[in-house]
Amino acid sequence: MSVAADHPAFLQHHFADPRQQHESAKLGMWLFLVTEILLFGGLFCAYAVYRAWYPEMFYNAHKALDVLMGGINTVVLITSSVTMALAIRSLQRDRRRPAVGLLLATLLLASVFLVIKYFEYSHKIHLGQLPGKYYHFTGVPGTNPHIFFSIYFMMTGLHGLHVLVGMGVIGWVMVRTARGAYSHVYYTPVELAGLYWHLVDMIWIFLFPLLYLIG
Amino acid sequence: MDNQPPVHSYLREPSGLKSWLLTRDHKRIGVLYLIGIMTAFVIGGVLALMIRLELLRPGPTLFTPDTYNKIFTLHGAVMIFLFIIPSIPAALGNFVLPLLIGAKDVAFPRLNLASWYIYVVGTVVALYSIFAGAVDTGWTFYTPYSTQSTTTVTAMTLGAFILGFSSILTGLNFIVTVHKLRAPGMTWFRMPLMVWALYATAVIQILATPVLGITLVLLILERLFGIGIFDPAMGGDPVLYQHFFWFYSHPAVYIMILPGMGIISELISTFSRKTIFGYRFIAFSSVAIALLGFLVWGHHMFVSGQSELASMVFSALTFLVAIPSGIKIFNWLATMYKGQISFTTPMLYALSFLCTFTVGGLTGIFLGTLSVDVHLHDTYFVVAHFHYVMVGGTVMALLGGVHYWWPKMFGRMYSEFWGRIAAIIIFVGFNLTFFPQFVLGSQGMPRRYFDYIPEYHSLHATSTVGSWVMTIGFLIMAAYLIRSFSHGAIPGDNPWGSLSLEWTTTSPPPTENFAVTPQITHGPYDYDQMTAASTLARHGTGAR
Ligand code: HEM
Ligand SMILES: [Cu+2]
Repeated sequence: MSVAADHPAFLQHHFADPRQQHESAKLGMWLFLVTEILLFGGLFCAYAVYRAWYPEMFYNAHKALDVLMGGINTVVLITSSVTMALAIRSLQRDRRRPAVGLLLATLLLASVFLVIKYFEYSHKIHLGQLPGKYYHFTGVPGTNPHIFFSIYFMMTGLHGLHVLVGMGVIGWVMVRTARGAYSHVYYTPVELAGLYWHLVDMIWIFLFPLLYLIG
Repeated sequence: MDNQPPVHSYLREPSGLKSWLLTRDHKRIGVLYLIGIMTAFVIGGVLALMIRLELLRPGPTLFTPDTYNKIFTLHGAVMIFLFIIPSIPAALGNFVLPLLIGAKDVAFPRLNLASWYIYVVGTVVALYSIFAGAVDTGWTFYTPYSTQSTTTVTAMTLGAFILGFSSILTGLNFIVTVHKLRAPGMTWFRMPLMVWALYATAVIQILATPVLGITLVLLILERLFGIGIFDPAMGGDPVLYQHFFWFYSHPAVYIMILPGMGIISELISTFSRKTIFGYRFIAFSSVAIALLGFLVWGHHMFVSGQSELASMVFSALTFLVAIPSGIKIFNWLATMYKGQISFTTPMLYALSFLCTFTVGGLTGIFLGTLSVDVHLHDTYFVVAHFHYVMVGGTVMALLGGVHYWWPKMFGRMYSEFWGRIAAIIIFVGFNLTFFPQFVLGSQGMPRRYFDYIPEYHSLHATSTVGSWVMTIGFLIMAAYLIRSFSHGAIPGDNPWGSLSLEWTTTSPPPTENFAVTPQITHGPYDYDQMTAASTLARHGTGAR
């Protein structure tokens, strides 16, 4: 049994030392991210299958997406990944206030992403570029253009949901940081939130060219 | 009984319902899961008896065809999603895994409790779907019918989706636990084979389940918004659904069977008092099965119109799975060879497993053979095959494991006499129920039919009688297990004289599992070196 001195408050009873706890948490998070990638993997498969079947239609339909808005969003998300990484770096050096600021910046950038997404969505809804049986836009030549929009909405919708969840998690670690829960000794939750956020960013980096750019 | 189990055990400390519902102790969570899966097994079992009753004689017996469709769908869905997938990993695995590697708990105890609650929520949603009218698509929810059926498919698939989360989180927890929380000296090759099996299972759980998750989401979206990707009328492809579904569900077969194989390794070595033969082969074959399991899903779709080349490749890959499975069987037989076999209740289940799983596995080769499958597809041959694997394999192993670890879990022995009687009745009833179905299937009786031609009558009637015999076995088991709580003898820490770690702590264990963190100095199966010690241990003095 360890002595109380090397058993700080954040160390759970079933771990022998902080290092073991930290490594376990990180491994757990990485495994979770694998499952997230596989969840999206199903959609990427669907994308690949239908793209192979209807190459013309995909080409015609992808032009309906707004590359400028998508591009801005890409920049926004990458920047937010940077601020997230910087926040962790600040915590490692025990600089709590800048860390809170950087987490707040990450949150703001995430909401910018969602606002832009909102404009894109409402424009499409307005035009009737909707999934499946709700599709009534007439401007895309080729058979079954609604499939493209089904896939578009499913992929970006699921991604958007992840952004929302990410914002919740980042908001939570931000409050905890402000309250002084983390220091250079213990900041695992912030690090895990960061890993998650980088994944959300990375998935978008795949979605953007696949949906908006590839012709 | 004059004697009482130890006062300081996880069962009593802390006490009160709330302490159970908020517990983070893996042992209590294992017990909670055990309660959950047993409930599911009873529900699924009653539905099975109803199916068999309808099939007792030709013509309508009890139900309308519609009701019959719902009953077999619910039986399948309940048994698969609520019972068998969580059964060994989440219930027994949760209980024994940390004990087997000398850890105080799993890596994420709170997440573990959350998995159980997610399981409960998923179960409630699935049961809601039953009461709101039930589902008639078969447990596979094949499109395009499942997108059109007016029954409560959405609720049921949502339930399965939620249950998937629970399964993923358990798997994730186990992997981290095995990697990070082994006691000092517990090297990878000193881990009990049950741990290897649970580890391989966990890998499948986290790699396959997300794909099922997204598939079910797509199905729900298809029903709600008509997204069209599974709907041929809208340019979609229903076979894509089958690919996605079986990409999960074939590996899921190994989520069901691998942990069972882990239990069998423990039982055979303990009750033959022999070092397990080919430890590394058994360990690696679990991993090999887990990985190969991802490459064979197409053997469910030989008649779906997938390309012939794909079918041939899937058929060939399917045969490969027989190799690691065969390795295990032969290693178990070699372990028993010249062992001092004691025919205890758990060992009887292990032997039943060897018989029935071998039949299930060999008939799987029939089905993996393209030309033969075209004849047997969707007949009772398939039903018999998967019941031999799932009931004859997994359920036998589960029962063996429950009996083996029962004294550890509850600090009480059950009646060994009645235990053996029940095991024999269940074995006989099982074969009486499912063997005739091989014959029926090869004669052309299709599955999922509520009626049949009179020529099939005697075989169907035999099968139905078998299901009653099996039920008698289960009732006897329920009776002596429940009785053991109040009247069971106090077993001592190590009633079987086993060498693996969980038997070195008290029965039932204290909340922290081990009074002192164990130091591991030998493998779990070194019986040959320890014959003298184990002879002593057999009389309840506890292992070293
Ligand atoms: C214990 C006694 C059991 C009996 C008598 C029994 C009987 C049956 C019968 C008659 C069917 C219908 C076959 C058809 O029409 O296609 C069936 C289907 C099925 N059973 Fe069982 N079963 C039992 C236990 C189990 C268990 C323990 C599991 C799983 C762990 C299970 C899983 C299934 C599945 C997945 C189906 C397929 C349902 C479908 O076709 O949609 N059964 N069972
Ligand atoms: Cu399969």
